[in-house]
Amino acid sequence: MAKTLAEKVWDAHVVRKGDGEGANAQPDLLFIDLHLVHEVTSPQAFEGLRLAGRKLRRPDLTIATEDHNTPTLDIDKPIADLTSRTQIQTLRNNCQEFGVRLHSLGDAEQGIVHVVGPQLGLTQPGMTVVCGDSHTSTHGAFGALAMGIGTSEVEHVMATQTLSLKPFKTMAINVEGTLRPGVSAKDIILAVIAKIGTGGGQGYVLEYRGSAIRALSMEARMTICNMSIEAGARAGLVAPDQTTYDYMFGRPHAPQGEEWDAAVGYWNTLRSDDDATFDVAVDLDADSLEPFVTWGTNPGQGVSLSARVPSPEDFGDENAKAAAERALQYMGLEAGTPMKDIRVDTVFLGSCTNSRMEDLRAAADIIRGRTKDPNIRMLVVPGSARVRLEAEAEGLDRVFKDFGAEWRFAGCSMCLGMNPDQLEPGERCASTSNRNFEGRQGKGGRTHLVSPVVAAATAVRGTLSSPSDLEPAPGAAASGTAAA
Amino acid sequence: MEKFTTHTGIGVPLRQSNVDTDQIIPAVYLKRITRTGFEDALFAAWRKDPAFILNQEPFNAGSVLVAGPDFGTGSSREHAVWALKDYGFKTVLSSRFADIFRGNSGKQGLLAAELAQDDIELIWKELENAPGTAVTVDLVSKTVQCGNIVAPFEIDDYTRWRLLEGLDDIGLTLKHEEDITTFETTRPSFMPKTLPARLS
Repeated sequence: MAKTLAEKVWDAHVVRKGDGEGANAQPDLLFIDLHLVHEVTSPQAFEGLRLAGRKLRRPDLTIATEDHNTPTLDIDKPIADLTSRTQIQTLRNNCQEFGVRLHSLGDAEQGIVHVVGPQLGLTQPGMTVVCGDSHTSTHGAFGALAMGIGTSEVEHVMATQTLSLKPFKTMAINVEGTLRPGVSAKDIILAVIAKIGTGGGQGYVLEYRGSAIRALSMEARMTICNMSIEAGARAGLVAPDQTTYDYMFGRPHAPQGEEWDAAVGYWNTLRSDDDATFDVAVDLDADSLEPFVTWGTNPGQGVSLSARVPSPEDFGDENAKAAAERALQYMGLEAGTPMKDIRVDTVFLGSCTNSRMEDLRAAADIIRGRTKDPNIRMLVVPGSARVRLEAEAEGLDRVFKDFGAEWRFAGCSMCLGMNPDQLEPGERCASTSNRNFEGRQGKGGRTHLVSPVVAAATAVRGTLSSPSDLEPAPGAAASGTAAA
Repeated sequence: MEKFTTHTGIGVPLRQSNVDTDQIIPAVYLKRITRTGFEDALFAAWRKDPAFILNQEPFNAGSVLVAGPDFGTGSSREHAVWALKDYGFKTVLSSRFADIFRGNSGKQGLLAAELAQDDIELIWKELENAPGTAVTVDLVSKTVQCGNIVAPFEIDDYTRWRLLEGLDDIGLTLKHEEDITTFETTRPSFMPKTLPARLS
């Protein structure tokens, strides 16, 4: 029978089929190939194991890193916030007690869990990957079935290396065409979410397909899969191809020698069959796509950067209308204002969505030789310590520092403000992160989600801007790699 | 996990869609390492507003939250469920729940009952017209009763069974430990292991 990619990965991991048929079927028990752990959603799970006298079944399929709470300044000093320090110390104690590999603050492999996994080559096609973090969907970029889970499920995976899951429905997201310069993966996914809504993907695994997706790099595919959860989907994935293999090859945990050949042989089978059917299909035209930006307080409230702030009256549905009214009030915006007239205070370049080398390079290419708007504060937070080192080797840190941006250490940082990197009440931010919820980046903070190049152009002009709004950089010819 | 069969308590109308888990519990409260004691964290930002529904009697003593569509979107933090439970909520009614939130609720004995939006609207009106009205949520018959309104709700059979029996998930899975062990022997050798660690 013809199968989609998600169904193939699923079927390859069924430990035990659930009893019953159809709607009354019990969940299948699925084997989990990789469990990523961080300090925030794990302490109660470790404690649960301890109380029940259970072992962690597969430490060799588990890896931990410190990311949510970690400061991005003075990382050689004890963490100032006592509760953060306690939580990090608890992770260290737990990893030691249960034999889990941990990359701590200061370690070259420390960083955001969804940057670290792929970077080490631990995320591979056809795997099941879970983490107590909703952005685990990132790893779907490799053709893995990757899902965010809650702490009870974290404990379940620790104890059994499995999860009980009900089969998902499948949705094809077809993106055909060629992206224009200045338009990137972030704009694709923001447009997808605006189109299907924050609940549109509920119950589905999304598969991103089409010529525009095939043309994307691995890091760009990660950006797209990362935000699948913002459309309500449990997972999102892209079939592996030569781009995937080229990215994987030579990474520390990638297969080597004959194992590599065996792996590629298997990976080549990981694509939806031509005659497989998806429950739903959604089409997006890459040719006409413009840089996208959010105006509201959920990731579905987005428009093209060249558009205006919508009016609640534009929405037919009563709930959407009420949500828009509330969002405009929170965001301090007037309906009808051109998005490009909106002045921001802070630019945040970072998060598991956009903090990898390509993101930093794309932003650096925009600001190189230009001057930052004097009223803008810009934070650049690499996704991992390794990314930071690589960026410094390329001299990107100098580009950011010369521009007047702050060059920080790796972590989740201002994406969710669990560490000191937060917005003040009323402060407005152009952010390459994934959530514009009320208070997400700090109490009363106002977030506009954007791509790295839009973030960079905004830092130059002080208002929400696309690279095409910029005057040519004085002296240097602008290098045209904006479409990362 | 405690068994859930039926619950009756004061209904709280939360007329809002897309209540994400950052609103249910802001990230600053996630630094704790305990599983209880989150009652102060529930809707912490919104509770600073005196007009917020949970700051009004008798809603502050509510135990049945009646919310708009897309409840529990965003972060996977199970702390959202712990905070609702610690405050005293036993069940949340909505026309659509985010998948991860729904799953987390089922693990913790908080009943996430999916009703038609029309029924949610009727219940909102009833609760606003007669604050303090009790809502009964019966998991056996899968119905909600509020004043004269009787409405059916949806929940998947497996979660319903586990809630009714109060069953622990890990215990259930470990009954099949032999199947897990057998599966592990078939895992291809090219698939990665985190140990021993290989570094760049």
